[in-house]
Amino acid sequence: MSEPLRVFIADDEAPARERLKALLGDIAVEVPTALAGESANGLETLERLPAATAHVLLLDIQMPGMSGLEVARHAAGLERPPAVIFVTAHDRHAVEAFELNALDYLLKPVRAARLAAALKKAAAAGPVEPERLARAAGAAREYFSVAARNRITLVPVREVLYLRAEHKYVTLRTRAGEHLIEESLVHLEREFAGRFVRIHRNCLVARGAIRGFERAGGDADGEPRWEVLLEGVPERLPVSRRQWHAVRDAIAEARRG
Amino acid sequence: MRRKDRAHSMASISQNPRADGLPDLRNLGVIARILVAVNALAFAAALAAYPDFAAAVQAFVRSAALVEPVLIASLATLWLAAPWLARLPYAAGCAAVLVLVALLAAGAHAMLGEVAGADLGRALAFALASAALILAWLRLRERAFSPALAEARLAALQARIRPHFLFNSLNAVLGLLRREPRRAEQVIEDLAELFRALLTDGRSFVRLGDEIALLERYAAIEQLRLGERLRLTWELDAAPVDALLPPLVLQPLLENAVHHGVEPAAGPGEVRVRIERRGERVRAVIENTLAPAPEGAGHAHRHGSGMALANVRERLALFYDAEARLETAASDGRYRVEIDLPYRSGAS
Repeated sequence: MSEPLRVFIADDEAPARERLKALLGDIAVEVPTALAGESANGLETLERLPAATAHVLLLDIQMPGMSGLEVARHAAGLERPPAVIFVTAHDRHAVEAFELNALDYLLKPVRAARLAAALKKAAAAGPVEPERLARAAGAAREYFSVAARNRITLVPVREVLYLRAEHKYVTLRTRAGEHLIEESLVHLEREFAGRFVRIHRNCLVARGAIRGFERAGGDADGEPRWEVLLEGVPERLPVSRRQWHAVRDAIAEARRG
Repeated sequence: MRRKDRAHSMASISQNPRADGLPDLRNLGVIARILVAVNALAFAAALAAYPDFAAAVQAFVRSAALVEPVLIASLATLWLAAPWLARLPYAAGCAAVLVLVALLAAGAHAMLGEVAGADLGRALAFALASAALILAWLRLRERAFSPALAEARLAALQARIRPHFLFNSLNAVLGLLRREPRRAEQVIEDLAELFRALLTDGRSFVRLGDEIALLERYAAIEQLRLGERLRLTWELDAAPVDALLPPLVLQPLLENAVHHGVEPAAGPGEVRVRIERRGERVRAVIENTLAPAPEGAGHAHRHGSGMALANVRERLALFYDAEARLETAASDGRYRVEIDLPYRSGAS
């Protein structure tokens, strides 16, 4: 390896970061590395990572603010995403998910030999496909992310009023504005099934954002057409005829529950 | 005999966890206890009915004409039915015993009622009340001497060592070792003390002063891991250090406060420990700021939050029965656990 591997360390405990740095020093002959940066919680990791140009991310799982599993999913959207090695003290569920999806992980206390092996493997294999990370995470994300060269913009899922597919992008609408993400509406519908309901082939609406429905005149063949009125934004979203009954039932159920 | 019994019941616990049932009705000890208890109860009933001792003895002897046949018949029937009864769940087994005893008592009364000079209602009431009392007594005895209890206690003790805490602490020591060897030594000493306490027999009381020392050692380790994020306040001036309490009642609560209040919080979290004596009571309050709860359900931090609390509550009940209280409340972004115990001094 001619060029040292750039390693980014994310762990909320300072002594744990010290430990990893010391170990990187110990294995420098075997695996030459340079410290690309470090961070002490999930959000900080995503703030610093884009500028750090890291090859490998050593990522603690239990971090305040955002778990390492979600951090990895957002980092995967970067133009040059780092390979990820998860680090955990004791999290049976996470470890099972890693094993199942063939993701690299280290157990704390981390040993030098294991670290060296994991780094070599990660450097060779490169970044992990986002689908595998999604499967390992199991739960829905708390943020959507838009990654650019120098920045990852996070949009809290609870602020999103609706998602609309247009060409190869999905538009996220919040009270404050719009964001484009490159994901499939079908996957989003599955991941956030409890929060969003499909009202149209190209549109998912947050159940909590629906203020009501209004008739928007009839079709050519006289069938009524409905539109969704939303909390806080003026636009009305057409409900497709196919979805109307499902939408109405879902909303009625939500109101009762 | 006794050793064999114990070994046998231990084996049955580990190999074949039988649902708990009636006491062994073919066991000589059990039969002897029933014989003595029924006669004692009959004598007590006679004493209660007749203020004059001699009259009471006479009444007891008269009642024996009815009591003893029912007693012997019941024991014999139970001996015969024991294998079948043993397969029943405890409540059903008790019901079966009561029905059996009532039938035998009614039958005996029909044949011998005139000799004993008791009416059917009283005979039935006495038979059923004695049977129920003896069942309850044997149950309590079994619980008190059961090896299962010791095993359950051990299991509970092990559950209190959060593996997450252990491995993170070890990792922290390793991180400290090269730069601050002195401090690393201290942490290992603290860990050793903590684990000594965690691994000791949980059946004897400890002094509050020692429990507080343990809290401080635990807090020192967490402080090292979490640094500025953990803001701890101690209010111990009015703590009665000589008071006795069950071991490890407070430490799991402090661990809970750190685990749920500080670790998942992005900013600093506060934890306050106040222990004081109020008259003949000891009160301990552990309070933490609540980390903003994320909406997603996939957070490991939320997992198993009630285990430590349930464990402490159960042990308090074992030690104090109804004399101790454990209450929790969440308000104004704070979570609070309060323990209230009778003050017992260990100074003398």
